[in-house]
Amino acid sequence: MRKYSVFSLVRNAISHNRKWREAWRSPEPKREYDVIIVGGGGHGLATAYYLAKEHGVRNVAVLEKGWIGGGNTGRNTTIVRSNYLWTEASLLYEHSMKLWEGLSQDLNYNVMFSQRGVYNLGHTLQDMRDIERRVNANRLNGIDAEVVNAEQIAKAIPFINTSPDARYPILGASLQRRAGVARHDAVAWGFARAADARGVDIIEQCEVTGINRDGGKVTGVETTRGTINAPRVGVVVAGNASVVAAMAGLRLPVESHPLQAFVSEPLKPVLDTVVMSNAVHGYISQSDKGELVIGAGIDAYNGYGQRGSFQTIEHTMEAIIELFPVFSRVRMLRQWGGIVDVCPDACPIISRTPVAGLYFNCGWGTGGFKATPGSGWVFAHTIAQDRPHELNAPFDLERFTTGALIDEHGAAAVAH
Amino acid sequence: MLLIECPWCGERAETEFSYGGEAGITRPADPDALSDAEWADYLFNRSNPRGAHQELWNHAQGCRRWFRVERDTVSYRISASYRLSDGADEGGG
Repeated sequence: MRKYSVFSLVRNAISHNRKWREAWRSPEPKREYDVIIVGGGGHGLATAYYLAKEHGVRNVAVLEKGWIGGGNTGRNTTIVRSNYLWTEASLLYEHSMKLWEGLSQDLNYNVMFSQRGVYNLGHTLQDMRDIERRVNANRLNGIDAEVVNAEQIAKAIPFINTSPDARYPILGASLQRRAGVARHDAVAWGFARAADARGVDIIEQCEVTGINRDGGKVTGVETTRGTINAPRVGVVVAGNASVVAAMAGLRLPVESHPLQAFVSEPLKPVLDTVVMSNAVHGYISQSDKGELVIGAGIDAYNGYGQRGSFQTIEHTMEAIIELFPVFSRVRMLRQWGGIVDVCPDACPIISRTPVAGLYFNCGWGTGGFKATPGSGWVFAHTIAQDRPHELNAPFDLERFTTGALIDEHGAAAVAH
Repeated sequence: MLLIECPWCGERAETEFSYGGEAGITRPADPDALSDAEWADYLFNRSNPRGAHQELWNHAQGCRRWFRVERDTVSYRISASYRLSDGADEGGG
């Protein structure tokens, strides 16, 4: 890997940018690996990267049915925060936050992590009580969090409607100043490049069609590019988790739903932070290109179609205009959907399975992007050591049998 | 937006309905006889197929009755819609 630096910029500028090397190789799949990661999204690539970096496991293949950055990694609204209510969740997301804070340097790739703060608005007295409870829980877990009132919000966010006459008046918010956004494509590309540099084979256009087992142990996978053997297989396929689980005869407690997002035409800088509202249900930030990046809730029904319903679009726009009447005449440029796998307790599954050597990392629902580095870090540990790290032990598949659910529904600052 | 056929009221817009999840999940007759894993399977695990899906819908803003729909989860095309009494045995979502 050629290191990216100001010198490489100058050197390549002198050669008219004709000599940039590819960011990662496109190798033919080998017959056998030590570990196969199914799914080349951010979480899968991060898993491969940390397997190589933290555990010295370099004979790793990442199998991606499409192309890197084409799935949910490139479809989310790029928000990163760690202000979850329950200790198990907040520690996992905070671990991820700490990795985010050094990620660009670690990967030698600018992921444009911008800690511009995230406001989670409260519109009712009960919202404010929940916010105070969550802020206190966060602070007890060493996570920065504060409660702000409507006056402070109006001062920090010029165009937000804090009028007491609003249909859903803004009473206050929780604010996590270390939270923010990152460039989602760069996260995928940065992890891919850094994993590749440590010997990981990233194999695109390679769809897994079966999981081979022998006596309750995984032996490899069938793919559209032939059989590939490995004693350990980690599956990180978001919305398709149930489909891949079925290949190994497993049933999962997840359901797949379309989740939509939108970007507007580019505007002059107007919003320098992230605003989320659980009550009217929308979230919004402004990208460095000037587009407003907007997201909302899932469609209620199960779906794999990577698109959503018009009424969901309408509902989202109503929410945004409720918060920012000034955006009422902004035109939307693009709309798209991704497929998210939602768990009954809105927390992920990062776990071994009843099949030895087969590991699943799924169920992130609507909030997986923020966890990308942390998810890969704990999943790499789980695969390399064949046991969970203490951070992801509570997120075992077994919790649905024992009943030790981690109920982050609604409590996690935004409805999932 | 989906156009859903209520077996009683005919085709209506999706916004009149609420979704009830996977159909055909029957509450075990004797929960005490089940292991924790079997109970968890009933309670939490879902088939979540990519393709034909049997699901429950409620005509919430119409006749308020539950019915069953067969819908493709990729194309979203609805191929059948029928009353629970027509062969299905569950009592609703």
